[in-house]
Amino acid sequence: MNSLLGALKSGKVLVSDGAWGTMLQERGLQPGECPELWNVTHRSDVFKVAKGYADAGADMILTNSFGGSPIKLAHYDLEGRAAELNEAAAAISREAAGSSRFVLGSIGPTGEMLMMGQVREEAVYDGFRVQAAALKNGGVDAIIVETMSAIDEAAIAIRAAKDATGLEVICTFTFDRTVTGEYRTMMGVSPAEMVKAVKDAGASIIGANCGNGFDQMIDVVRVIRKADPSTPLLVHANAGLPVVEDGKLIYTETPEMVAVKARRLAESGANIIGGCCGTTPEHIRALVKELKTA
Amino acid sequence: MENLVARIGECVERGKVNKSSPYPNDMQGQEGTDELTRQALDAGVGPDEILQACNDGMKRIGDRFSRNEVFVPELLMSAKAMNAVMAHLKPYFQTGTVKAKGRFVIGTVAGDLHDIGKNLVAMVVEGNGWEVVDLGVDVKPVRFVDAVKQNPGCTVGLSALLTTTMVNMSKTVSEIKAQFPGTKVIVGGAPLSQKAADKMGADGYAPNPQGVVAFLDGGVQK
Repeated sequence: MNSLLGALKSGKVLVSDGAWGTMLQERGLQPGECPELWNVTHRSDVFKVAKGYADAGADMILTNSFGGSPIKLAHYDLEGRAAELNEAAAAISREAAGSSRFVLGSIGPTGEMLMMGQVREEAVYDGFRVQAAALKNGGVDAIIVETMSAIDEAAIAIRAAKDATGLEVICTFTFDRTVTGEYRTMMGVSPAEMVKAVKDAGASIIGANCGNGFDQMIDVVRVIRKADPSTPLLVHANAGLPVVEDGKLIYTETPEMVAVKARRLAESGANIIGGCCGTTPEHIRALVKELKTA
Repeated sequence: MENLVARIGECVERGKVNKSSPYPNDMQGQEGTDELTRQALDAGVGPDEILQACNDGMKRIGDRFSRNEVFVPELLMSAKAMNAVMAHLKPYFQTGTVKAKGRFVIGTVAGDLHDIGKNLVAMVVEGNGWEVVDLGVDVKPVRFVDAVKQNPGCTVGLSALLTTTMVNMSKTVSEIKAQFPGTKVIVGGAPLSQKAADKMGADGYAPNPQGVVAFLDGGVQK
């Protein structure tokens, strides 16, 4: 098992991978289809996405398991296959990554709100446990709990991942800029609140993902660094906000644009930099070129 | 009596549902919209008056949400308190004693299973006196078109959270407009922007539920 924390000790900035959803969509994933089911029905397409990022030079590859919690899979009546689909996701990324790159097992939110009593805490915990254990079986080095907005769900996911695997856990939240220029999640969580909660729950790497593009992410990193100057920090930023042109989704930030901004992300205190929605292997290649040279 | 009505409005704003609800902290043990609405109706207060107080309460919390002074949890609790009022007022709507401002058809577009934003908008819009037809999530364009057919004069709201489903949103706008050019369509969701909304030919874009209410109240009321 490779230690991500160990690799960060050198002080070098590491590069993570880019988007999965938009890449699978380009390979024919239809809206309304379960992306995680593709780990068994379209294995080679999923593999090619992972391989694309490995070939681009990313130090770590995530897994196609963002919506792989049983609660989320239940929307497709696939909750009974959670272990199978997550393990397959991890195995695919491991094969693409080889032994020299890290594989981070992706866990996204359930989409249900604990505070509204839509789902019980135990059910959420048990579900994340199943998912994390399967990801470990498939060969991941660490677990990344991502795109979180609520403290309660994030803390449960981190605890479940730790309990089930003993692996290093990364946790990233999604922040929006408020009208007063602060950053909060849609549930009202500030970066400082996020930092304390996820570290208390057992995460050893913190950060942010998705959002409105690389520019705002630089701001978010600065705010997180004010609250926590030293915990390793990972960001996965979108390639800007998309517009639809001629029936196609166009992201506004090009690989060249994000490479320049990635440098500023690193200077602001990010230790691991990758992409979220709209980023491609070309974006990651540009990041590698920018961050690994000079 | 006026006090009772004012308290209902305040409970909507604060998200106080009923006596046993632990939220909000500083109102524990107090009666909420559920009890107070019953009392007001029993005391002969008109449903219109109660509804107006709720609308005002929803507007206050909605405005605070727009200003980022409160976030999704607070708005959800207000909507829940509002729903408790609506449960008591439903019979008056059914008999026509109280009339809705109009009809609003809402759904999350095809391929997108996210319902939080859509539900928030539905609840706030309903809380402001509109009748809401909620088509749910992963709604194909044809179902929106059918809903417009079945609800003449309605306004349509489209929600998307995934960036990848914005293409479907655009398609849905086109199909509605092709068959019902006069039907107003407003779009919203995390990946949206005014620019994206303009490009897909939508009549409006709202970054938050209160924006949808403003759009409905301002422009399309018949």
